[in-house]
Amino acid sequence: MNIIDRRLNPKSKSLGNRQRFVRRAKADIREAVRDALKKRKVTEVEGSEKISIRSKSVREPQFAHGRDGNRDFILPGNKDYKVGDLIPKPQGGGGGRGGQASPDGSGDDDFIFTLSKDEFLDLFFEDLKLPNLIKTKLKDLRSPVPQRAGYTTDGPPAKLNRVRTMRRSLARRIALKRPKTEEIRELEEAIAFAESETPPDAFRIAEMKARLQRLVALRRTIAYVDPLDLQYNRFDRVPKPATQAVMFCLMDASASMTEPLKDLAKRFFMLLHVFLSKHYRGVDVVFIRHTSTASEVDEETFFRGVETGGTVISTALDEMDRIVRDRYSPEDWNIYAAQASDGDNIPDDMGRCIELVEKHLLPASQYFAYIEVCERQGPGETIVWHGYKEMADRNKHFAMRRVSSPGEIFPVFHELFSSSSATG
Amino acid sequence: MQETIRAAKPLFTGPEWNFDLLRDTYDVISEIGLGEMGLDIYRNQIEVITAEQMLDAYSSIGMPVMYRHWSFGKRFARDDVMYRKGYRSLAFEIVINSDPCINYIMEENSMTMQALVMAHAAMGHNHFFKNNYLFRQWTQADAILEYLAFAKRFVAECEERYGLSNVEAVLDAAHALMNQGVSKNARPRRRHDPAREREREIRRREYAIEIYNELWRTLPNAKAKEAPKSEENKAEQQALSLPEENILYFLEKNAPKLEGWKRELLRIVRVLSQYFYPQRQTKVMNEGCATFVHYEIINRMYERGLVTEGSMLEFMHMHSAVVYQPSFSDRGYSGLNPYALGFAMMRDIKRICTEPTKEDEAWFPDIAGHQDYMGVLRQAWADFRDESFILQYLSPKVIRDFRLFHLRDQSDNPATRVEAIHDEQGYRHVRRTLGRLYDVSQQDPDIQVTDADLSGSRRLVLTHFVREGVLLDKEECDRTLMHVARLWGFRVRLVEVDAVSGAKLREHEALPLP
Repeated sequence: MNIIDRRLNPKSKSLGNRQRFVRRAKADIREAVRDALKKRKVTEVEGSEKISIRSKSVREPQFAHGRDGNRDFILPGNKDYKVGDLIPKPQGGGGGRGGQASPDGSGDDDFIFTLSKDEFLDLFFEDLKLPNLIKTKLKDLRSPVPQRAGYTTDGPPAKLNRVRTMRRSLARRIALKRPKTEEIRELEEAIAFAESETPPDAFRIAEMKARLQRLVALRRTIAYVDPLDLQYNRFDRVPKPATQAVMFCLMDASASMTEPLKDLAKRFFMLLHVFLSKHYRGVDVVFIRHTSTASEVDEETFFRGVETGGTVISTALDEMDRIVRDRYSPEDWNIYAAQASDGDNIPDDMGRCIELVEKHLLPASQYFAYIEVCERQGPGETIVWHGYKEMADRNKHFAMRRVSSPGEIFPVFHELFSSSSATG
Repeated sequence: MQETIRAAKPLFTGPEWNFDLLRDTYDVISEIGLGEMGLDIYRNQIEVITAEQMLDAYSSIGMPVMYRHWSFGKRFARDDVMYRKGYRSLAFEIVINSDPCINYIMEENSMTMQALVMAHAAMGHNHFFKNNYLFRQWTQADAILEYLAFAKRFVAECEERYGLSNVEAVLDAAHALMNQGVSKNARPRRRHDPAREREREIRRREYAIEIYNELWRTLPNAKAKEAPKSEENKAEQQALSLPEENILYFLEKNAPKLEGWKRELLRIVRVLSQYFYPQRQTKVMNEGCATFVHYEIINRMYERGLVTEGSMLEFMHMHSAVVYQPSFSDRGYSGLNPYALGFAMMRDIKRICTEPTKEDEAWFPDIAGHQDYMGVLRQAWADFRDESFILQYLSPKVIRDFRLFHLRDQSDNPATRVEAIHDEQGYRHVRRTLGRLYDVSQQDPDIQVTDADLSGSRRLVLTHFVREGVLLDKEECDRTLMHVARLWGFRVRLVEVDAVSGAKLREHEALPLP
């Protein structure tokens, strides 16, 4: 007999099978992923996803008995049936009783399984033609953070390391044979005792007193805690990437933004979120939508709600500026903004927009991206495009792109984030 | 009863196990199993694995080596979800009919469970594999792992050479016909020797390369010889030895357009199907045997003080969960539990041998009062399969204990009728019917290749001999037939005829996709 420990054998032996399965069911899964996409929130893209697919492409047919014909069952647990008793059939004809009736009858059931995060993102970005992900030269905002870096011999009293200091002190005292308090006390007691004796032994007393004197002197010269013993905690200020970022999603919510356009924008926002989450520990998302007025809304309203009204982009920029001042101080937060619009705006408004972006928002932000979504690439420039163009030339962390189909989102995204010198 | 020697102290006291403990416990178990119960087993190889590896093993039908196919991935995905959600717990062990016999045990098991599992699998199943006539006749325990390694390598090579989707298409089709890939009656034609298979495949390929001559391609195709139709047909039928129940075998040998490697793939699936066929026929016996053996061994260990009372409680808890039989009206009912039925019947055989009643003497004159119950059981394990075992050994007492009754569902009747119950008039009836239900050849639809025209239209005809008016599920049938057509390469027809009257009931047809 042999006992073998296989626990350390390579895991996921069936990875190859799983890949084959996912490949096989790809069409179905993709559909399910698309559905999931609609249900998902921007901030949730990354979790692993439970996918349920109609098991069309993963069906394994076999010759199997149908449901008609005569059947026999032997069942356990008879209570009071007698021979000849008639039991009405359950609905749906024969064979409804027990599991014997149809072993594989229900082939049409939904097949539920879990896609891993990577598989999900793969499929999610599939029609975005995901290349090797982004070597960003994006400016990493780093804020110094104190970090322990050993010990030092001087420093402010608040950073004194008592344990280390006392350890060194003890070592030194032992090494230099500093007399202990008890030693001196014992000697004193011995002297007192000797003096109380009759007759006192003068010679011994004198000798003891001399020793006491020597000990006290020694104690005075060898300090209990010497400046040599002192140890202070030392901190280095290590630059660390700031751990928080906030992402502003700005979108035109007027009626001209159709559902497909919003979906395009949503994909871009999702990508940006995934991207930022890779770099920062926590990412806040603020949704601002606007027509002729702007308001901060929750995600549901942001993507679903339809409003009527004109389009005044500066209202959204104003709102963002206000929120930044209120809640997200640029010293503490990395601010990213992505604005999506179909390029429509009141012409008068553009001047104010540019001023807002250039004077207030850009200085506070790491990056500001403008995405123009349109059904198809038409000739000519939209109002917003025209207005922003010059500013994009002047400012390196302002970028603008046009997108008209889901397939373009990723390349555009890639381009935007592949180098900090991206310009329009 | 004989005096039992009580051990000074139990083998283990806590739930923790380690390898030394496993070894010591195994020694005790095999001493009881081999020495006292007279079991005869293959060498054991016990492998400790994690839950994840257990899931892996599950998905590839329990085999340690397996070729790659998406359906195993599907199974894994499903089991994974079930397991994580807690709908289903994992099996405590998997045992493979091989020599040496491989037993997988999970690291999560407590020491009591490990003991139970070793008694169950390493003794019970192992003995059954080695001794049951079906396994002896149909499976080569010493060759299966090697064959699977060959299969895995071969499939991988094919994937590389001919492309993933081409291989997949053939395997899909072969899997669809897996249950029709068994020769139920004949002995296997030849012993599978993986080395020879590989060699043959290489030779075949080399030969093809050797005789390849560009010139031959330029020749016009030879005209088919004309011959009197009906006579030739008959001769052909004979040459093909029709009818043939093993559709996979037939296709492998006779499909006109199939390339060599595809035939080899069919062969692999067919060999696997044949390998598992005995297991399908002996579920009740196999599990019953293993359960009886673990129950017996652990109890003997307890009598000897080798197992603590705490462990014994844990054991009884596990054991009774395994052999629990819900009644037909319970919500959890899903057919007769093979563990429960097998265990109950084997315990009953022991009872009949040691404490027979009047009834037993009338029903089982051969074994009633036969003191050597292990001998009787060993013989039963060796010479029967589920169907015949039930016909031979299902006693009135077990029928009463299970309160078995026979329900007949007639398609033209709005109600099902109770035909027999657990009483004097019903015992034989129930026993006969249950035996028949456990006959695998009755469970699978009886489909045979009945006609194949190799020279003319090249049409293939399958016939389903319909019993009791149970037709095939139409949708599944059409899909499966597509697979047959893909392998055959030409039109395929499936006729459903009544097995008794010969009346034609329904017809399906499929053409291969271009």
